[in-house]
Amino acid sequence: MKFTLSWLKSHLDTAADLDTILTTLTRIGLEVEGVDNPAERLAGFRIARVLTAERHPQADKLQVLSVDTGEGAPLQVVCGAPNARAGLVGVLGTPGAVVPANGMQLRVSAIRGVESNGMMCSSRELELGDDHDGIIELGEDAPVGMPFAAFAGLDDPMIEVSVTPNRQDCMGVRGIARDLAAAGIGTLKSLEAAYRLDAPLVPVEGSGPAPEVRIEDAEGCPAFYAQAVRGVANGASHDWLRRYLTAIGQKPISALVDITNFVSVDLGRPLHVYDMAKLSGPLTARRAKAGEQVLALNGKTYTLTEGMTVIADDAAVHDIGGIMGGEESGVGETTTDVLIECAYFTPEAIARTGQALALTSDARQRFERGVDPAFLDQGLAIATHLVTALCGGRPSAITRAGEAPLGTRHFAYDPALAGSLGGLEVLPVRQREILASLGFEVSDEWQVTPPTWRRDVDGPADIVEEVIRIVGLDNVPSTPLPRAEGVARPTATPEQRTERRLRRAAAARGLNEAVTWSFLPVAQAEVFGGGAWTLANPISEDMKVMRPSLLPGLLAAAQRNLSRGATSVRLFEFGRRYLADAERPTLAVVLAGERSARGWQGGKAQAFDAYDAKAEALALLEAAGAPVANLQVMREAGEAWHPGQSGTLRLGPKTVLAAFGTVHPSVARAFDLGGPVAAVELYPDAIPAKRSSGFMRAAYAPPALQAVRRDFAFLVPASLSAEQLVRAVRGADKAAIVEARLFDVFEGAGVGEGMKSLAVEIVLQPGEKSFTDADLKGIADRVVAAAGKLGAVLRG
Amino acid sequence: MSELQTLQADLLARIDGAASIEAVEAIRVEALGKQGRITALLKSLGGMTPEERLVEGPAIHALREGVTAAIGTRKAALERAALDAKLAAETLDMTLPADRTPPGSVHPVSQVLDELAEIFADLGFAVASGPEIEDDWHNFSALNIPETHPARAMHDTFYFPNEGEKRMLLRTHTSPVQIRTMLKDKPPIRIIAPGRVYRSDSDATHTPMFHQIEGLVIDRGITLGHLKWTLETFLKAFFERDDIVLRLRSSYFPFTEPSVEIDVGYSIVNGKRVIGGSDGWLEVLGSGMVHRKVIEACGLDPSEWQGFAFGTGVDRLAMLKYGMDDLRAFFDGDLRWLRHYGFAALDVPTLSGGVGVPA
Repeated sequence: MKFTLSWLKSHLDTAADLDTILTTLTRIGLEVEGVDNPAERLAGFRIARVLTAERHPQADKLQVLSVDTGEGAPLQVVCGAPNARAGLVGVLGTPGAVVPANGMQLRVSAIRGVESNGMMCSSRELELGDDHDGIIELGEDAPVGMPFAAFAGLDDPMIEVSVTPNRQDCMGVRGIARDLAAAGIGTLKSLEAAYRLDAPLVPVEGSGPAPEVRIEDAEGCPAFYAQAVRGVANGASHDWLRRYLTAIGQKPISALVDITNFVSVDLGRPLHVYDMAKLSGPLTARRAKAGEQVLALNGKTYTLTEGMTVIADDAAVHDIGGIMGGEESGVGETTTDVLIECAYFTPEAIARTGQALALTSDARQRFERGVDPAFLDQGLAIATHLVTALCGGRPSAITRAGEAPLGTRHFAYDPALAGSLGGLEVLPVRQREILASLGFEVSDEWQVTPPTWRRDVDGPADIVEEVIRIVGLDNVPSTPLPRAEGVARPTATPEQRTERRLRRAAAARGLNEAVTWSFLPVAQAEVFGGGAWTLANPISEDMKVMRPSLLPGLLAAAQRNLSRGATSVRLFEFGRRYLADAERPTLAVVLAGERSARGWQGGKAQAFDAYDAKAEALALLEAAGAPVANLQVMREAGEAWHPGQSGTLRLGPKTVLAAFGTVHPSVARAFDLGGPVAAVELYPDAIPAKRSSGFMRAAYAPPALQAVRRDFAFLVPASLSAEQLVRAVRGADKAAIVEARLFDVFEGAGVGEGMKSLAVEIVLQPGEKSFTDADLKGIADRVVAAAGKLGAVLRG
Repeated sequence: MSELQTLQADLLARIDGAASIEAVEAIRVEALGKQGRITALLKSLGGMTPEERLVEGPAIHALREGVTAAIGTRKAALERAALDAKLAAETLDMTLPADRTPPGSVHPVSQVLDELAEIFADLGFAVASGPEIEDDWHNFSALNIPETHPARAMHDTFYFPNEGEKRMLLRTHTSPVQIRTMLKDKPPIRIIAPGRVYRSDSDATHTPMFHQIEGLVIDRGITLGHLKWTLETFLKAFFERDDIVLRLRSSYFPFTEPSVEIDVGYSIVNGKRVIGGSDGWLEVLGSGMVHRKVIEACGLDPSEWQGFAFGTGVDRLAMLKYGMDDLRAFFDGDLRWLRHYGFAALDVPTLSGGVGVPA
């Protein structure tokens, strides 16, 4: 919402300076977004009179002017404008001034060998208009020497405030003035004073037939007031009106259009004027028919759907009700008879229509927030007053179709609430004063009736807000929250603790945490089983499906890093997978590029492999408190993985804690990743919760006797997994064998076809007494027997 | 010089001159071996008279001890020299690079979330969470956001295709966690709720996904004064500065009444905005007293329970504290950025150690 200081002062009697006004605006909830004084840009441009104009000796199209600047000797200025002539009073840019249109700083210079001490300016150069045919011509009596900005009324700061969606009233300058007055910045002028009217502002019933208007869609347009003015002359607006509109960035069009734009900004009251000559039959507020079209004033054609409210005559739609008028019945230079519409459109309907058509306008902004339903008569009166004052003509009688819903409501308010909710005690008498200045009626028993222009206020909390914001939020004392006894209690849940441990364990293992998008391209999701959630309105095709896995995001990030020249990528992410039934916490790791760079010790660079992934998976699961010793390695990691170099870590056959391994080469290729890529996806929510048993650890009881180690080498079928053998060996004597570890694998020469050699070390822990040779032999026999059940034969 | 003295001088001279451990050993055998000369002298003591023995005994023993000691010393010296020579041959270039485990890093968003959890834990706030795929009741209706509110439009909110009664969407803020918490827990409530949120927006300062944190206090007798104190206290703790200045502005959110926007003052240091002072203002938080209708929608009696809520951008807090200037880089996974702005595994925020990590 933009307005100028002088515009504001047309409604507000105040001696406050600009800074005070700006600070107050922000404080009471009208955040100042910008201030711009055009006079600052026009510094150095002053009014000057051309005394003489001579031909330039070197150039046909240039003249050498002698210019009176109001002080000192006349200046010599070279000028190319065709209208430059002796006696012309115009605008001179003096050396040092910066031309607004092109940012050029003026200097004393020689033009074709003749010294020039400045520049006579065109409207376009000063960004005051499009005219560039010649230099500005002011009246004979324009005061020579005066700064041009002051003369032209441009020394008027433009203020832009952001108006929150609840404040329809502040979509008009008058509403802002009222808020400032309530905050102690001056007094609000009467509407009559603001419009310099001698008589009270009441609708004037003129002569001639009232325009025929009807309401068929009372839901979308409950009230439609109209008045005709016949015999108008629609030319350019008066200077003051053009200046106001230009100052806030609106383009003056014609007096009639400018008037509606002005009233919309000044009073937050949108209007529309129709050229009566272009209408056939009465105007009706009705629902649009599906497929009906209208060419709007912005030059675009809109196809309407049923349910949108329009204003139409017998022939066509002339207005997308409350949003934008139609081109066809718009006023122009030849317009003589106009119909002024002052209607009330239902905010929700406006919002729906505006959203459906993706069409914003000043009118929509105001109707959507809800204009003052009690201001139709006055709004029409002001419009008619301005039209007749600026364009002449004779007003007709007034048609009032329907009635705007006043929505009058009142409720009880307890002034103690300012303290008990707002945290600031305010004397009841002061609260009454504030509410009165904002237009609220307050009975002796504290029944509050909000003004018709405040449809956002519907309860005591709103009243607290009004009181507190006007008194000043800065006055609210900081009040400590009550604190529980003692030191702060831990608040993290077990899931949160697991997440923190996993994250920091991963970082400690040399992995870099990334955060990648929650959405993926469809193709990437498909590779990982497809996504359960596809957006209806994605921002792009690359961000369409909620990720079923964290790996695609990390693979893409790995690829970006490698293409940027990274040699080793070790990324992880902790985030959610979005499955059909739930959002699952997940940790994923991607290892791409070199595990170790080429080096003087290790020789060639080593790529990551599936065992690196396994190491990460186990280390992270251990950090998260999973019972790592009980985990089984199984296949079936999924189709995104290398079928022979991947696995799952499970607790029992069904609970999958993690998948790990080498990413399927075709998947890696789909992500433009060349070499092998190792990865882990870990599911923290599958880790069984620890039973809380306080802090006390089990008693410390190290074994009294030294453990004994024995090695066994077996010939086994090549298809036998190491884990099966180790498990069997470990289980051969559960009391004595406390550890079994595979330490060698050999295939090839000396080992039969289809066979391999596996070597296992076991650790035997004696209990009360040391093992005898017979004990050890017994254990060894049981180990060999257990392995034998798997087809393993002890090597000689 | 006696015979013994001559023998001693001779042996000591030869021990001293021995060039190798083998030579020393040969002398030892010659002097102290079974057939050795000193051994023979010791044996001769048996054939002496007690008087002779009284004189000769100590002399021979002294000889034996002297030679034994000299042999030991010489052997040690030679062994030491041999070891020195061996080690000298083993010299390596200690400037050769050693294998180094690459350091990992924690993402700034995670770090800041841990910092916030730590600060708010001290104020008695637990951390709550909720789904990111929400229904429109929790995301909008329960928060008093009307059907026609522009935030509900397709150009602001990501929706999933209609299925059944509930319209599913990606939550546009963390505020639905307020609703879920009030529906689930009995007051008094003090929670923060961090997480990913989504808006259909993409430019230099907006990404379609970002992080927010929500705060909610529901209790008896909670006022705007408590809100002000809480946010002041939090911001001072987070930025670890005492010169934090807040500016409160009346504002509008459908789910709070009164609503307050919080600006924090900054000063310009070396051309960068640094939080603290009041040279200018940055909008950092939206907040307010929870709307009666929201409390009612959660089945609580607004005449008994009232409180406040606030929300802010986590990514933005991270940027203001640690100086990143491009939000999009947060989600790119560029290792160079992650190492530059990331945090060490052991940078765990604690109240005693400080929640922030010095540059």
